[in-house]
Amino acid sequence: MPDQLVFAMEVILNGLMAGVLYALVALGFVLIYKASGIFNYAQGVMALFAAMTLVGIMKGQVPFAHLINATFGTHIHYFGWNVPALLAIILTMAVMVLLAWAVQRFVMRHLVGQEPIILFMATIGLAYLLEGVADLMWGSEIKTLDVGLPQGINLWIDESTFNIFGYGFFIDNLDIVATVIAALLVAALVAFSQYTKQGRAMRAVADDHQAALSVGISLNFIWVMVWSVAGFVALVAGIMWGTKSGVQFSLSLIALKALPVLMLGGFTSIPGAIVGGLIIGVGEKLFEFAIGPMVGGATENWFAYVLALIFLVFRPQGLFGEKIIERV
Amino acid sequence: MLDSSEGYVTEDGRKIGGVVMEMKNITLRFGGVVAIKDISFDIREGEIRAIIGPNGAGKSSMLNVISGFYVPQEGEVWFHGSKRPQMRPFEVAQQGIARTFQNIALFEGMSVLDNVMTGRLGFMKTNIIQQALWKGKAEAEETENREAVEKIIDFLEIQHIRKTPVSRLPYGLKKRVELARALAAEPKLLLLDEPMAGMNVEEKEDMSRFILDVNDEFGTTIALIEHDMGVVMDLSDRVVVMDYGRKIGDGTPDEVRNNQEVIDAYLGVSHD
Repeated sequence: MPDQLVFAMEVILNGLMAGVLYALVALGFVLIYKASGIFNYAQGVMALFAAMTLVGIMKGQVPFAHLINATFGTHIHYFGWNVPALLAIILTMAVMVLLAWAVQRFVMRHLVGQEPIILFMATIGLAYLLEGVADLMWGSEIKTLDVGLPQGINLWIDESTFNIFGYGFFIDNLDIVATVIAALLVAALVAFSQYTKQGRAMRAVADDHQAALSVGISLNFIWVMVWSVAGFVALVAGIMWGTKSGVQFSLSLIALKALPVLMLGGFTSIPGAIVGGLIIGVGEKLFEFAIGPMVGGATENWFAYVLALIFLVFRPQGLFGEKIIERV
Repeated sequence: MLDSSEGYVTEDGRKIGGVVMEMKNITLRFGGVVAIKDISFDIREGEIRAIIGPNGAGKSSMLNVISGFYVPQEGEVWFHGSKRPQMRPFEVAQQGIARTFQNIALFEGMSVLDNVMTGRLGFMKTNIIQQALWKGKAEAEETENREAVEKIIDFLEIQHIRKTPVSRLPYGLKKRVELARALAAEPKLLLLDEPMAGMNVEEKEDMSRFILDVNDEFGTTIALIEHDMGVVMDLSDRVVVMDYGRKIGDGTPDEVRNNQEVIDAYLGVSHD
């Protein structure tokens, strides 16, 4: 088998794994967009916030330590304990639910019935506010996140591919874990929205507010729930990205990578977010591998956006989005 | 006849029970505009109660007060013998008051069946894990709710469109789906906001028949708003007549028909 083909296979596999991570972020967008028609620009920052909170709790950091020390002239930074990963994840989730409640109570509730662009602007404001709060709470230095997920090259794949092709594939264990977790997450989300009372109520609210009220659904409750679920997805994405490349502010920029994913998959489709993520992941790695050297590399920076642009021209609703039919 | 707290018997021999809902001195203002002015009336168990009046009389406002969409500045709402605290619309719905809307509020993206199923959300008691895993009681519960819904779908003769997305249905059928969804909640009180508005004669006749059948078959207490006098008089047991936010008549269709103030309101008399 020619070497180039074997390389390409490895590139595709790695692309799929990267795509899973894009898909995880895109999922959070889809959830909120489906249920409330809001494009939540803050989704990426939510992932950052979740990851920072998780690290902070695990290391026993005192929240707002800098602020407290500056105000009272003290020098406290750590409680002096370490919280086990699982407990820290649960606590972080509680913080995300609290955040969801606060967003609904103090921002979104006052904007019910406003134009989508206004809601979008509100989420931009939210993104920067949250970034500031995260900074203030946990400090702005780059942190490492280790919740005990396996990392490094998967030796079994390395060996078995070496035996077959004479060339060992480099697949990161973390990427495999991310894939499994993403699959579980999607299955859970689908089961939730199709079969549970809360999921059905969520779809009802997404469709018509008045009708939802008339069958006894509390809009506030559903919106808090949706933002909580999006917070949970952000937490999962934050853990994956944080473990991979450290918890830092550039994490919030992965939100921008989710945009082309959504263009491809459609803003309203959960499977679309996954497939879109995989296409972007594989596409950008393969493009860099095949075409990159000819144009001087660094195609990963723009490939996804150009692909999204092409999609916008030919299929604006995305692969799985609801088709927009205008009656004339 | 109407004074008895024990209820009364209608002309066609149906037994009407005690008071289900009582509105006491309701006043509703929007800024300086008085939409409802000091109106009191009651709705009794098993009856079809109509609220009629010319456009802008405040009928829809009254229905919105009952269903919690509007909060009156003055007056009390009594439901099943106790004063109702201020409630939000979804809480009113959970209490057993279902409604339809003048401008149809359906879940356009869902099928007819899914729409009607949302009326059963209040009957889903198993927990979220059971439902997600489709385990244990969740499946039995789903079957039970599904049966109740199928019964209503049969009853309203919309079997043939069960799987059709609501957005594709004509107006008259949408109204019927909305009625089905309200019925699925097994309401103690069913509010219909202009159920016949915008319908042709045939559709109106169908709808009238369904309203009567629902009342007869399920014993549902119904309060409806309509400005088509003819339809209302045939359907209802008692009628409240509103004009400019005031109550100008209350009684059986015959009593109302012969009420001079009502005649003036409908035919137009100069208010000096």
